[in-house]
Amino acid sequence: MRVGASTRVIAPIDRVWEFVADPERVLGFMSGVTRWEVEGDRRTGLGARYRVLFRVGAAEIGGLIEVVEFEEPCEFAWTSVLGIDQRGRWRLRELPGGHTKVELRMAYGVAGSGRSGWIAERVAAPTVTGHLRRTLSQLKRIIEYEQLRERAAARRAATRPVQT
Amino acid sequence: MASTGVVRAPSRNGHARSEPANGHEHGSRGSLLGRVAGQLAAQVQRRLPRGDLDERDPDFIRERLPLMWLIASVWFRGEVRGLGNIPDSGPVLLVGNHSGGNMTPDTILFTLAFSTFFGVERRFYQLAHNLVLASPALGSLRKFGTVAASPSNAEEALETGAALLVYPGGDYEVHRPSWEGNKVDFGGRKGFIRLALEQGVPIVPVVAVGGQETALFLTRGERLARLLWLDRLLRLKVLPISLALPWGLNIGDMLGHVPLPAKLTIETLPAIDLREEFGPNPDIDDVYDHLIRLMQETLDALASERRLPVLG
Repeated sequence: MRVGASTRVIAPIDRVWEFVADPERVLGFMSGVTRWEVEGDRRTGLGARYRVLFRVGAAEIGGLIEVVEFEEPCEFAWTSVLGIDQRGRWRLRELPGGHTKVELRMAYGVAGSGRSGWIAERVAAPTVTGHLRRTLSQLKRIIEYEQLRERAAARRAATRPVQT
Repeated sequence: MASTGVVRAPSRNGHARSEPANGHEHGSRGSLLGRVAGQLAAQVQRRLPRGDLDERDPDFIRERLPLMWLIASVWFRGEVRGLGNIPDSGPVLLVGNHSGGNMTPDTILFTLAFSTFFGVERRFYQLAHNLVLASPALGSLRKFGTVAASPSNAEEALETGAALLVYPGGDYEVHRPSWEGNKVDFGGRKGFIRLALEQGVPIVPVVAVGGQETALFLTRGERLARLLWLDRLLRLKVLPISLALPWGLNIGDMLGHVPLPAKLTIETLPAIDLREEFGPNPDIDDVYDHLIRLMQETLDALASERRLPVLG
């Protein structure tokens, strides 16, 4: 089952990339994620592995995932190594005015699970889609708020009287 | 999955062993009835399939996860808390209170939660009564890692580094009346503590609420079980009577029943290292009382979150 959501963030693409590619920031904005831990020596980049869990219905579902595409600052894709079959992708595109289009896609399922798997994927879809939408809105809020704070700090610094 | 306590009585050397169930002690008294019962019990026991640890099939479990997820999420609106309290690796004894008659929905929910949290690759076994494993409808349980409740199976599972789920209350607790649904009742079975001490593994209490609302359980039928010699023939201490779908009056629950969609909540408590908490030679009774108190307090807290039966 494949689901996705997108949004427009009022921030430069590099700024958004800093968030999505940093494993330590993921728990701060990804809805439904209860674990996103680095597994192994590689913290980020192609081949980095993470142990992840998403809360969907009665269970925390996930497993070990590996980053299979890492094109800075546009594409970040992962696929599962262990656990439920899943693929995910962050797709960032630069928009005029220093804005960024952010797209988050996920595909999930269990090979060989038959009809029950087909039904479960569809029953879970609204929950997973809801998580993706909340993830994007939280990401947008955090980045834009942080930019506002930085601009305000810069304004304060510029207007501060110079001490002699 | 009405599992039994691992051990019923200590042997002379202090090691745990199963309570004799074949009636030989009666035979030695020369009682004709005892000899007949012994022969019959031996025949029955021979026909029961024994759990083999190697029958656990991670691929099979993985393929069944969506079905279990559907049952646990849609039908039982399940919620499992505190799985992070289970050590990430190594052998561990998970000790749960048991509810829901022979359908035991709490086991389905916990098996799903454990398998998705740690992955099907982590060895995870559950002890169950022989009769549960013998049921043709429940044959696939062995692929989930369900093995016969015996000291040797329990020891072997822990020696392989697996997580082992036991329900010391077993058939006694799982068929308690619905009005005792929020009571932890192991019936004084303490073998699991000896097992944890002998194997040097931590105990993780697993407390579940809601299972006893999946039918109206009226009585365990202990006297009826004794009258019909079920305890001697099949190691069954109970012959439960309940009101359950689709049967109405359900005696024995041998064919199972359709559980009502009661909301289930499970809470996993922090691991307990018995020697660390109770000293190098822990008193079994002290540990038992502590565990029962701890689990009962948690169950009371979980029960207080519920406003209505079944709806939760």
